[in-house]
Amino acid sequence: MRLFHLFTNNIPSYLAITVISAGLLTLSACKHNDDDDDMMTQATYDITVYNLTNGQPFTPLGIVVHEPTYIPWQLGEAVSTGLETLAESGDPSAFLSEADANNAVVMSVSSSNGPFGPGNSETVSITVDHAASLQLTVASMLANTNDGFTGVSNWGIGELAAGDSTSIMTHVFDAGTEANSETADSIPGPAAMGEGFNIARDDLDRLTIHRGVVTADDGLMTSALNESHRWLGQAAKVVVTRTQ
Amino acid sequence: MNGNARSTTRNGFRKHSLALALAAFATAFATSATQAANWDVTITNLTNGNYFTPLLVTAHDNNTHLFQVGMPASLPIEHMAECGHLNPLLSTPEVGAIDADTIADPATGLLAPGTSTTAMLVTTATHLSIVAMVLPTNDAFLGLEGQLIPSEAGTYTYYVNAYDAGTEANDEVLMTTGACAYTDNGMIPGAPGMDAGTNGTGVAATDSNTMIHVHRGVLGDQNPTGGNSDLDSTIHRWQNPVARITVTVTP
Repeated sequence: MRLFHLFTNNIPSYLAITVISAGLLTLSACKHNDDDDDMMTQATYDITVYNLTNGQPFTPLGIVVHEPTYIPWQLGEAVSTGLETLAESGDPSAFLSEADANNAVVMSVSSSNGPFGPGNSETVSITVDHAASLQLTVASMLANTNDGFTGVSNWGIGELAAGDSTSIMTHVFDAGTEANSETADSIPGPAAMGEGFNIARDDLDRLTIHRGVVTADDGLMTSALNESHRWLGQAAKVVVTRTQ
Repeated sequence: MNGNARSTTRNGFRKHSLALALAAFATAFATSATQAANWDVTITNLTNGNYFTPLLVTAHDNNTHLFQVGMPASLPIEHMAECGHLNPLLSTPEVGAIDADTIADPATGLLAPGTSTTAMLVTTATHLSIVAMVLPTNDAFLGLEGQLIPSEAGTYTYYVNAYDAGTEANDEVLMTTGACAYTDNGMIPGAPGMDAGTNGTGVAATDSNTMIHVHRGVLGDQNPTGGNSDLDSTIHRWQNPVARITVTVTP
């Protein structure tokens, strides 16, 4: 069974670990097989997220490397409690714990330098066992929103060769778990310093593309936000470079 | 944009069936890097009420960057984004003088909403960049950022965002006299549609993001002789993408 899984591109993480612990026998078996030797290779990826908004700090990144069967979110569907927590409070830990409980997840990590503001970027370097089927998920809250987050899910990175780089521009999602009141007591970012996570779901309870913030400058007088907090469409650029 | 998380700035990439029909042709002749190809580049203004200043359309290699989203704007990019001036860019090593694969101002002036213009390049290069200021704004520009163009014959389509150069506060106040100066921290140099207001008190005094970033759009208002913006919120707002680029490659 182990060898069978070795030669597919779809090993769940727990099997990948098993293969490593099986040791030299499988390693040497791969050595003269050019088609499959990458199955035993480690890959290091530098993941950089650029904050391309004008007035939205990004909360610490939730990063998951996984096989395709892990699906962290889907448009039109309700989000998990972990993703709700990330989108409402910026804390990625519950989202990453949910990922760790999924057999298709190879690695999860959060960035360690805290929030980062407009014009800044954050880079996280990870090393995993390589598979051509590897995918990347990244999520970060736009701190001056009720439950808006940006990121990318199920983005294939396994085909990158060492030295290759690829990038993507990411949209903003509305988790659909908190009404977009924009009030001071409901937005945790520096524009308001209000509440973060609240388990109540008082919005659509399904994931949509965020319609943007209205702000007091555009006539929503109860909003703690102003025009500087708006964005159009894409909020971040994610660059992945495979360094080995 | 199609609302998909994996959309990119330049999504909508697709080959027409012509590309498939001619693929064998292209392969047979194995176009080398030194063989020039014709690129017919058509730019369409997709906005409701915004004009593009003279466009710069230039082919280059993989290592050349006119601008990079997330990085600071160069001074020539600032000139282009704040005043629509192309001459500073035409003096940079990245662009150089006008020649067979660097075309300036194909529309001979402004490109109005809903209209198109075509620049015909002959090039041995691999990548394409296009920039022009969006009017009336403080420092918005449309940007195709070093897009790899296939060498195979075909027509390829890209959609581009409006970016904020990050070099001028978005005060949304229209200049009434004088020439545009990139050194101003504010002032929109013109509203070609003659549909802007006056006496705006200013929307933003500073911008938080001083790197090139995705423009947050303009605010505008409904007060043509006052308010904080000289722009009209029912005319001058946009959503991305603001421009469509089609490139027809003939090896």
